[in-house]
Amino acid sequence: MNPDFLVEIGWVNLAYLVASVLFILGIKGLTHPRTAVRGNMLGALGMFIAIVATFLAKGIDVRLVLAAIALGSIVGAIAAVKVQLTAMPQLVALFNGFGGAASTLVAGAVLIESHGLGGRQFTIATSASGLIGTITFWGSLVAFAKLQELMTGNAISFFGQKPLNAVLAVAAVACSVWVVSDPSNMNAYWALCAVASLLGVLLVIPIGGADMPVVIALLNSYSGLAAAATGFVLNNNVLIIAGSIVGASGVILTAIMCKAMNRSLTNVLFGVLGPTGATASADEVYAGKVKSTSPDEVAMLFDGARRVVVVPGYGLAVSQAQHIVRDLATLLGERGTTVEFAIHPVAGRMPGHMNVLLAEADIPYDQLIEMDTINPTMETVDVCMVIGANDVVNPDARNDPNSPIAGMPIINADKARTVVVVKRSLSPGFAGIPNPLFAADNTLMLFGDGKKALQDVVAALKET
Amino acid sequence: MEGLIQLFTIFALAIFVGFEIITKVPPTLHTPLMSGSNAISGITITGAILAVHLDSTTLTVTLGFIAIFLATLNVIGGFLVTHRMLGMFRRKDR
Repeated sequence: MNPDFLVEIGWVNLAYLVASVLFILGIKGLTHPRTAVRGNMLGALGMFIAIVATFLAKGIDVRLVLAAIALGSIVGAIAAVKVQLTAMPQLVALFNGFGGAASTLVAGAVLIESHGLGGRQFTIATSASGLIGTITFWGSLVAFAKLQELMTGNAISFFGQKPLNAVLAVAAVACSVWVVSDPSNMNAYWALCAVASLLGVLLVIPIGGADMPVVIALLNSYSGLAAAATGFVLNNNVLIIAGSIVGASGVILTAIMCKAMNRSLTNVLFGVLGPTGATASADEVYAGKVKSTSPDEVAMLFDGARRVVVVPGYGLAVSQAQHIVRDLATLLGERGTTVEFAIHPVAGRMPGHMNVLLAEADIPYDQLIEMDTINPTMETVDVCMVIGANDVVNPDARNDPNSPIAGMPIINADKARTVVVVKRSLSPGFAGIPNPLFAADNTLMLFGDGKKALQDVVAALKET
Repeated sequence: MEGLIQLFTIFALAIFVGFEIITKVPPTLHTPLMSGSNAISGITITGAILAVHLDSTTLTVTLGFIAIFLATLNVIGGFLVTHRMLGMFRRKDR
């Protein structure tokens, strides 16, 4: 198998073109929930066509290929069907990593078969594919371990971390140069992969829980770029097209996530929070001002409310409270109260996490309102119920220029007539700062586990 | 060189197409977008299939075999889980 062989005859490329078009149409379908299912199917059809067309290349060991596909399909299907929806972020991370690993292995395999005869483009692309694919793989595994709580979800930092990363980055470049200058020596490629593995792990461990949406989006982008690089290795258009679209998708999501936290990508990647000026201590903020409430009182509040907005956060996912929230919303809806859900872009552990969680509980998507849409109307909200969210409703982001989260867009929960915060305790969120919302005059704290507290509210509401 | 420029042309144009369509995806669908595009990045499977060639060395075939396995997992798992998620999005009136 030399690289020339891989330039397939015309009609295989034609099939790849059809596949590329189907991928684009498929993603286009995802621009609306109504067309999304069909879009996803178009994407899958494109993949099917690309795979079948590849089979027609001469000399492929069909039985082995089919065996590998069968194995992968079984494991993939079981994982996709069995996974709990709350575990979706880690599953996406894991799949992502596998895609990256596959690109690395393909580039390695083709490098072996080229016997050092590939040109410059071939070797440079092979290094890029090996580097990006390996970083994607190990980075995703670490992200998976963090999300699955196999290791601490907090940021891990140690002395000399940044210099070490810099040294590894230089080493990775050096190995790439080695691959390009001596392509017949496979040790160069494996050395590159080893360095990239370390780099992948070290790049993700300093990133803490609430920054996970950024990392997952970024790794998603990498897996696409690794595929695109493999396309340059193989002179294969469909890999380049599909890979670069996925790469673009990941970059856009990363940018959206960063913007929603008012942080630069470098800030997130190096685990730096905003400027830590003199912020008030928890005691100063909370002392004597926090009012605790009971489920009965909350039920009475709801009873007289015309418009209710729920702000969900990661805590909602943790306590699996999405179904009982649905029951509460249905109950209120039957009494003529308007219920909406205000979704902050970075709530949860991956882009769109809250939307999926609430959709799972059968809450219609037109009740899920984006932050920018709902904020101007928050003054007309009778009761705003914050469930398991903290930093994304912290008014300091708007009011205190010295706050570490100053300038981060928030949902203006504090502007509602009454705010009910469902939370276990006054413990700080990811930013590690107290939240003046909890001590505000119009705020009532309903302490307890989200699911249990809401069950009590629903029970109390049914009695009134 | 000409071939390389051709590939870069495709690369650049595809990135533009990607930016154009993906900026139109609403936040509600960001998770399915990630898992769906993730599945599409499994397209690297086509390269993996070509590596499992009758003339290839055992090492190449082994690498290709593992790559096919991982890429298929990525593809099948990604599309299925996206399908499952999308099935849950519904409107009020149904």
